[in-house]
Amino acid sequence: MKWNKMNIKKYINHILFKNGRIIDPFNQKSFKGSIWVKDGRIAGVGDFEIPKVDDIFIIDCTNKIITHGFCDLHAHFREPGEDDKEDLGSGSRSALAGGFTRVCVMPNTKPPIDSPELVDFIIQTAKQSPIHIHPIGAVTKKQEGKLLTEMSLMHQKGAVAFSDDGLPIQNGGVMRTALEYSKFLNVPVINHAEDVCIRANGLVNEGLVSTHLGLKGNPDVAESIMVQRDLELAVYTGATLHVPHVTSKRAIDHIKRMKSQNNKITAEVTPHHLFFNDLNLMGYDTNMKVAPPIRAEEDRIALISGVKDGTIDCIATDHAPHRLEEKETTFDIASCGMIGLESCFGAVNKVLCVDNNVKVEQVIDSLTLNPRKIMDFNGDLFSLGAEAEITVLDDKQEWEFSLKDIESKSVNSPFIGKLLTGKVLHTISKNVLASI
Amino acid sequence: MKQKHLLFLKEYPKEDIEFILDTAFKFREVLDRPIKKVPSLQGVTIVNLFFENSTRTRISFELAQKRLSADTVNFSASSSSLKKGESFKDTVQNIMSMKIDAVVMRHPAPGAPKHLTEFIDAVVVNAGDGAHEHPTQAILDMMSLKEKFGYLAGLKVGIVGDILHSRVARSNMDGLIQMGAEVTVCGPPNLIPINIKDLGADVTFDLDEIIEWADALNILRIQKERMGQPLIPSIREYRSSFGITVERLKNHKKEITIMHPGPMNRGVEIDSGVADSDQAIILDQVLNGVASRMSILYCLCGGHSDEMEQNEH
Repeated sequence: MKWNKMNIKKYINHILFKNGRIIDPFNQKSFKGSIWVKDGRIAGVGDFEIPKVDDIFIIDCTNKIITHGFCDLHAHFREPGEDDKEDLGSGSRSALAGGFTRVCVMPNTKPPIDSPELVDFIIQTAKQSPIHIHPIGAVTKKQEGKLLTEMSLMHQKGAVAFSDDGLPIQNGGVMRTALEYSKFLNVPVINHAEDVCIRANGLVNEGLVSTHLGLKGNPDVAESIMVQRDLELAVYTGATLHVPHVTSKRAIDHIKRMKSQNNKITAEVTPHHLFFNDLNLMGYDTNMKVAPPIRAEEDRIALISGVKDGTIDCIATDHAPHRLEEKETTFDIASCGMIGLESCFGAVNKVLCVDNNVKVEQVIDSLTLNPRKIMDFNGDLFSLGAEAEITVLDDKQEWEFSLKDIESKSVNSPFIGKLLTGKVLHTISKNVLASI
Repeated sequence: MKQKHLLFLKEYPKEDIEFILDTAFKFREVLDRPIKKVPSLQGVTIVNLFFENSTRTRISFELAQKRLSADTVNFSASSSSLKKGESFKDTVQNIMSMKIDAVVMRHPAPGAPKHLTEFIDAVVVNAGDGAHEHPTQAILDMMSLKEKFGYLAGLKVGIVGDILHSRVARSNMDGLIQMGAEVTVCGPPNLIPINIKDLGADVTFDLDEIIEWADALNILRIQKERMGQPLIPSIREYRSSFGITVERLKNHKKEITIMHPGPMNRGVEIDSGVADSDQAIILDQVLNGVASRMSILYCLCGGHSDEMEQNEH
């Protein structure tokens, strides 16, 4: 059994995050000080006179980092249609537990978010949510890869980007049209980049591990060929392209090369592709089954270098909740995906900062400033009067990720039992304070 | 035995394989007697779970169990409640709650026997899981090779055909390499799995080269049913490059031993003239299959060599 231990306080008049290390990604500054939140807005940053009021809630942040709330560009909250796995409410709690105050949700719901009316459904439903939820609209009707959706009307209703999510746009002509058409909206098109014919129902990375396990291989070229097609089209059309969940060294090489030709190309990587390699699948752990698959160690190393040198702009979780029954089965028929919001910071901080000497400031940029830039969200969150989106974390704390850390409705995570470094302690969003 | 189950031969302890093979030869003697039954597994209950069609393996296991005096129950997916929507886990747990000691399972999903050991206590014997492994086939193949040549270490074994989709190829490679034999695989390049050299096998696309090199060849059929799209242009083209024909063998002076795990497609991967020749030990493999499976069940279900000898008297 799992139990939720996150403590939620709503609508506090005054909160003081006291004596921490403030990391302000927007101004690229790091300094000691406190942050005062009054009625959900920033009322003081750094050194200021502590307000003499009775109803002030003080959080001691000595040796802790106070920074912007994280922003995830890739999550599945399953509403509408599969709210037994997750809904906008449970997804929001999962986000708060992971330090996220802003999440873009993918349109592969039932039905898919492919009309202005459905975009509005998400916007209206998410109004009660303690975090900011932004719908990503489908590129094509029913995600069929054929006819464009009413992208402009959907954009007017609040869609921040367009993607057919798990279904790659196979037809290059459709992809070209989508990129070209989206230019007047100035929003990213996101294509799950895998050539379906080359993937050929592959289940795990093609290589020694697939040969060992007798599972059908999904080669890295299935990804890199599609990534290269999309990059060429983005350069040709001058459109905004965001490459989701990059997994392979080949794709990284393409992105690195093509970015110089179009400054509106961006890319993301997931915590699990940074943390695991395909040898972790040797026991047929279905929680490791994701699309695109976890690849070889050399790919993982290339992804880490990609984050270091800026080829990869941001970390996105691809939080994908599934029912236990869909994972407690044989590998071939198990669903693809894992939840990722709660374990995100501890996993990426461990891989990047502890194991690979990346500065924590850079990891924080990839979770805050960079994703907000890609979506054109306000990034100046520590200016006086700004709505408070704050995450407090201890980047040195070692902890074992377990069921009790999960706020999602689903528990499909291979991080359970893994030692992580760095823990989110408090998240404030929409004047709700979550203490984890 | 160091191992509780027989799921795959990759990294299976050499001593365990040796023990199984030695015991198998003892059971082979039993099969040559007028009364072919021993009481070795009296009171032991074994269920045969077949989620995929099988003729040879299933009959072989059933016969092995009967020869050992075990009690057996048979289950096949076609006659099961899986069709009514019951999950694999529930189906198996229901059967297991009736006090079963061992499970012999064939399943189309690679890793299914491993998954099974995660929620049941009984001994699990893998009778083939998708394109992953078929360890009992490899044991009987090794037994047949040992019977023919007297040794395995240093023996040169070629595996020819659709290696990509073959669990027989994987188990044979793993087992033979563990026992010190040399293995080379041969087939069309798109039917050879990636990185196979890292598993310890050599690769050639030249059939004549492998015939010249090998002491024995294990011939595999093309598994059309596991291919998403056709991977071979035509049968006659396959036969011309990779078929073991009488003419092709004639061109080589040495007499090479021919094996086939069945089912055979005569005229495709192997000619009738080869399959029915003295070079072929295909039917010995079938008989050794019963002895090997008797040995495997006996070794895993708690038997010891000494006990068996006592039982004989």
